[in-house]
Amino acid sequence: MRITGVLLAAIGAIALGGIALHRHEPINALWIVTAAVCIYALGYRFYAAWVAARVLSVDASRATPAERHDNGRDFVPTHRWIVFGHHFAAIAGPGPLVGPTLAAQFGYLPGTLWILVGAVLGGCVQDMTILLLSVRRDGRSLGQMARDELGALGGFAALIGTLLIMILIIAVLGLVVVNAMKHSPWSTVTVFATVPVAMMVGLHLRHLRPGRILEASALGLVLVLLAVWGGGWVDAHPLLRTVFDWPSLPLAGFVVAYGWIAAILPVWLLLAPRDYLSTFLKVGTVTLLAVAIALLHPEIRMPALTSFVDGHGPLFGGKIFPFVFITIACGAVSGFHALVASGTTPKLIASEADVRLIGYGSMLLESFVAIMALIAATLLDPGVFFAINSGAGVVGSAPAVAVHTISSWGFPVTVQQMQRLAHEMGERTLFARTGGAPSLAVGMASIFGRTFGRGFLSVWYHFAIMFEAVFILSTLDAGTRVGRFMLQDLLSHVWAPLGRTSWYPSVLLSSTLIVAAWGYFLYIGVIDPNGGVNILWPLFGIANQMLAAIALSVATGILVKSGRARYAAVTLLPLAWLALVTTVAAWQKVMSADPQIGLLAAARGLSARLAAGTLAEPAAAVAPQLILNQRLDAWLTGLFTAILWLVILDMGRVCLRRLRGLPVAGSSEVPYQAAHPHPLALGGRVPQEGA
Amino acid sequence: MRICGTLPGVLRRGVTAAAGWLRALSGDDAYERYLTHHARAHEGAPLSRRDFYARREAAKWSGISRCC
Repeated sequence: MRITGVLLAAIGAIALGGIALHRHEPINALWIVTAAVCIYALGYRFYAAWVAARVLSVDASRATPAERHDNGRDFVPTHRWIVFGHHFAAIAGPGPLVGPTLAAQFGYLPGTLWILVGAVLGGCVQDMTILLLSVRRDGRSLGQMARDELGALGGFAALIGTLLIMILIIAVLGLVVVNAMKHSPWSTVTVFATVPVAMMVGLHLRHLRPGRILEASALGLVLVLLAVWGGGWVDAHPLLRTVFDWPSLPLAGFVVAYGWIAAILPVWLLLAPRDYLSTFLKVGTVTLLAVAIALLHPEIRMPALTSFVDGHGPLFGGKIFPFVFITIACGAVSGFHALVASGTTPKLIASEADVRLIGYGSMLLESFVAIMALIAATLLDPGVFFAINSGAGVVGSAPAVAVHTISSWGFPVTVQQMQRLAHEMGERTLFARTGGAPSLAVGMASIFGRTFGRGFLSVWYHFAIMFEAVFILSTLDAGTRVGRFMLQDLLSHVWAPLGRTSWYPSVLLSSTLIVAAWGYFLYIGVIDPNGGVNILWPLFGIANQMLAAIALSVATGILVKSGRARYAAVTLLPLAWLALVTTVAAWQKVMSADPQIGLLAAARGLSARLAAGTLAEPAAAVAPQLILNQRLDAWLTGLFTAILWLVILDMGRVCLRRLRGLPVAGSSEVPYQAAHPHPLALGGRVPQEGA
Repeated sequence: MRICGTLPGVLRRGVTAAAGWLRALSGDDAYERYLTHHARAHEGAPLSRRDFYARREAAKWSGISRCC
């Protein structure tokens, strides 16, 4: 084992050295993949094992909630690889695909390093720690643990943070789908067709052949692949294509209407079957991408660092510090994972010994997905990458102007090149398709096309768009539903009947409020000439890192309270780093005088130009709404920071009291019970009396 | 457990094992597992296949089971 470790360290060091030394010439993606795999293996073998054994005192002889409360439904002791699969499918959404693509504007190096270091020392540790703490507390949620261990403030902060983050992520992901579909009949038809396909799968699972998940999913997969092909057929049809050729605003209207209908329909009809499809597509496509990158080992064309590290990047404003750490949340550290790790997963864990594989291991795999997304973004010609991802408000809406601007940054690109690429991908234009999904789809299509046959580039492109859209819409459905439950929980304090999750008036009211909230941000994003993603994504990143900091505060507080203060640095260091980057980023987003970064400065600048009458007509019409939104976003950012520091200070107060020997809230850990000694085989179960 | 065998035998065992994993991962075999659990731990008639999946889905989607 020690020899393997040394060997891994050596290979990892050589690969990292390779990345570092190739600074001024294109490097091969294989260097990045090798460095990543070695760092993951070392992190898992040594750091995770040490944290699990020494810091968390993982004890395989201790009975887990799945064993103690086994009821055959939600508490079920399950084989660790099966739980790994479920947990990975739950944590890995579109986040690790979009964030690294946007952060590629700084070059490939900053994103790569942060994804690797952030995951091994931060994100994986957070996921594993929260998972174990929840296992020790009968599968309690992060909010409940915060309330029990720190106090009412922590619990309330976690609830508000989760609700806001849900609204922001749905809005920004909705925007990503809208930008992929605008004026693209092929994408629109394919994405729309996934809705009836999911409903057919749902009807099959409910009425025709209940619970035959594999069979129904196989049927659904064939149908969505037909939808990709069918979209191409519609696109080639001169009359039909005009029926599905829509600008952003009506498409956003469709997404909002879809979200509202999905939220009030029963889950079996749309949400659950869509999720089966998206899980199969996600696992299948990610595997295919890994195989294709290994076979093709493409060259990375993006430089290691671009001049945009100074803060004037076209995708979003802000210097490399702190904004690379905000832009890439999922894939490095994602606070949202703490909610999943304290939700369904802890109720399935058969033995505490499994938390390293499930908590730390699943996050490593998500980090690897982020690395692949980064590779897919950076293997494009940088000029092409910036032409796809820069909003018309930044580089100009006329193609000739846009290519001139982008070429003047030192990333040559021509109109002919963009037209040829759009034609190959089966699109009219790829200019200003902000949000990351289209450029990722171009990257994936070129990887798949070069590996598995060049002829089908346009089919691969739309397959990639469909793949991203399917699980973005899954997140949208599931998020709206969870948001609705949280809102109902909050509203029940105002009037008790509103808390009844199956009372239809309350369902309608709370679903409408949640959809209206994210629909507002989506609408503003669509009318924003800079693309909207540049404002919404950093806001989401700040919210997600704030949630991670809350989770790490809970973990640190529990470590100190349980007499393990000497190990508290394991969660305290990532917490300190996240608190630093989040606070600095929030400060700059609110206070910076640079209108590309500071929300208030942007609002002031826009107001002045509106008052002076120097805005052209379409921009002048939407300016008042943009100004209002920028001010609202500034307040939201301030609120996030305030919540974050309140939780940190509360955690500090509890820790100080404990260290001084003063009384603190008791531990909510369930007392030790011995686990049944029988090992759990696949399909086997731990015998026990009653449930 | 036999390590070696005829090629079709090995293939068949491999396919069976893979199908078992796929069923377990997707939840396709959840009802069979529930029946085993019910027979061991409870009295009375178990839920029907349809009702079992309906309850399972309702439980799965009433909490946070998907991330960004």
